[in-house]
Amino acid sequence: MTDTLTPVLTANWADDRSWTLPSYAARGGYAALDKALGMAPDEVITAVKDAGLRGRGGAGFPTGMKWSFIPQDNPNPKYLVVNADESEPGTCKDIPLMMASPHTLVEGVIISSYAIRAKVAFIYVRGEVLHVIRRLQAAVAEAYAAGHLGQNIHGSGYDLDLVVHAGAGAYICGEETALLDSLEGRRGQPRLRPPFPAVEGLYASPTVINNAESIASVPSIIANGPGWFAGMGTEKSNGFGIFSLSGHVTRPGQYEAPLGITLRQLLDLAGGVREAPNGQARELKFWTPGGSSTPLFTAEHLDVPLDFESVGAAGSMLGTRALQIFDETVCVVRAVLRWTEFYKHESCGKCTPCREGTWWLVQVLARLEAGQGSAEDLDLLLDQCDNILGRSFCALGDGATSPITSSIKYFRDEYLAHLEQGGCPFDPAKSTLFEEVPA
Amino acid sequence: MSIDQSTYDELREIAARYPQARSGLLPMLHLVQSVEGRVTPEGIQACADVLGLTEAEVSGVATFYTMYKRRPVGDYLVGVCTNTLCAVMGGDAIFERLKDHLDVGNDETTADGKITLEHVECNAACDYAPVVMVNWEFVDNQTPSSAVELVDDLRNGVERHSTRGPRLCTWRQAERVLAGFNDGLADEGPSAGAPSLAGLTIANENDWKAPSGD
Ligand SMILES: Cc1cc2nc3c(=O)[nH]c(=O)nc-3n(C[C@H](O)[C@H](O)[C@H](O)COP(=O)(O)O)c2cc1C
Ligand code: SF4
Ligand code: FES
Repeated sequence: MTDTLTPVLTANWADDRSWTLPSYAARGGYAALDKALGMAPDEVITAVKDAGLRGRGGAGFPTGMKWSFIPQDNPNPKYLVVNADESEPGTCKDIPLMMASPHTLVEGVIISSYAIRAKVAFIYVRGEVLHVIRRLQAAVAEAYAAGHLGQNIHGSGYDLDLVVHAGAGAYICGEETALLDSLEGRRGQPRLRPPFPAVEGLYASPTVINNAESIASVPSIIANGPGWFAGMGTEKSNGFGIFSLSGHVTRPGQYEAPLGITLRQLLDLAGGVREAPNGQARELKFWTPGGSSTPLFTAEHLDVPLDFESVGAAGSMLGTRALQIFDETVCVVRAVLRWTEFYKHESCGKCTPCREGTWWLVQVLARLEAGQGSAEDLDLLLDQCDNILGRSFCALGDGATSPITSSIKYFRDEYLAHLEQGGCPFDPAKSTLFEEVPA
Repeated sequence: MSIDQSTYDELREIAARYPQARSGLLPMLHLVQSVEGRVTPEGIQACADVLGLTEAEVSGVATFYTMYKRRPVGDYLVGVCTNTLCAVMGGDAIFERLKDHLDVGNDETTADGKITLEHVECNAACDYAPVVMVNWEFVDNQTPSSAVELVDDLRNGVERHSTRGPRLCTWRQAERVLAGFNDGLADEGPSAGAPSLAGLTIANENDWKAPSGD
């Protein structure tokens, strides 16, 4: 029986100066790199495949398989691009990882680049996290100085350069093809697929794009073996992942556990739903299993195993394991309107269903929240979602519909209550963490 | 203001980091902001010169990204997260209080040029909600009164630190780091705040670990 929590990526976060090379090396850091360099690149790919690592950036695509799609007979250079854009609302795991242990990611980048035979790699990190960027820059400099990056790494004959690249504020740049356009110095708008990035990615060359946590998991797989990794988690969702609890929970934060843990278990560890400032008990009302783009769950989903298959079967998506917890003081209409405003703001404008659709969604939701709409507006909303879902150019548009359709499914009456009362029946001050009267 | 030779050199240095120079455009625009206090026509021109692009091409990129500012930014860009989770936990109340206290609206700067206030989207710190960002440094777990104290201190030149990082620098200094010029402050601040360590702490208390390797 595996333990309830399995710190691997988070294991060194409390170490003294954990972000520095000496601290990372003291725990055996960069030994996995040595091991990988003693393997053939294809053997590294096989190990990651056998481990069953699936993408930690949301979609859960098998990482080793993605790497094997790189056409090695293509004469162009190969590139590895790490997606560290982390902007999906609720998602907050890659940022603390890179803050506390940037070398875990850097070592993962080197091993992964070696596997796909890339000579240049990039970490595309969102720009709005200054200290994380400092730590990444410093870690890369340390790795060069120690001979983990640059020419003839560890005497193996393998060369790699790694560039830390700061974005400039655009959620859509987390979408992998928009990220590539952004990294090429353009507006970050998604590209038509095919061609897939594995064939024509950065600079129209074969490119692997992986989430930061996916790449950071690679050194542990190489060090401990694919069987070790596959021995954790569920049958089809192998290994561990960082679960991020936020919102109305007593001890919000990062909990690294085998995939398949439930929210009930996690809430137990996190001290349950947070009490009101006056000590009154509060209850779970709704939550996101994997960020705001994944359909909402309620208390009836407390025992859904948080793996790709089970969450999907229950009508949502595991996404980025961003568990945002909301108690009964929170108005679901207010929450959904705010997310929808986010999607409207972040829509890149390339396709009509999303550009126009998210605008209309905000209009209708705002009307409903103000208690000014009519019951037909709910059907109108669902109809609008229908015209966006599956008709948008990329998954941002699809994601925008998730909170709306799921909230109407579980909380239709609450929408209607706004109409009956001519406004929001909730007091937003009750949901805050403090007992201050807003000015 | 015109872009001087040393800035041109640094813009070229950024472009040279990449297999194709145009990839440097985003960090180059960060450098422009650090030198000019915003994206100026002169800055756009300089990027266009270095990369062999038209000004319209550079401008088209600059306008796409929210971190690039057309209007002058104060010494401290204070961003209150008002995405759903932070908003609910108190971000909305904090933003209202700061607007009132500073007598500015969203994306406006105080008359003394010290503070630009804006609301920001989820900054990947939801476990520290409600979150305020100052020049893209984390100031975690805020309340309306702590946020008022923060901006007052910043306006009065009182030294303030990020809750997970160094002493708060100016926005222009921050933009220079985003351009890829490290300021040597990586070793300031802790590895992680308490929420980042929540699971690890419990695991250690229970002696829970991942199994040993193959
Ligand atoms: C709007 C949008 C935003 C996304 N943001 C991110 C992100 O910030 N980080 C990330 O790793 N993946 C993000 N993704 C998913 C990526 O497109 C891609 O699937 C992922 O980076 C692949 O890496 P993985 O296979 O390791 O998960 C986003 C997707 C969409 C549609
Ligand atoms: S779905 Fe939205 S974000 Fe995606 S391409 Fe269309 S407009 Fe852009
Ligand atoms: S919602 Fe504010 S940091 Fe995520």
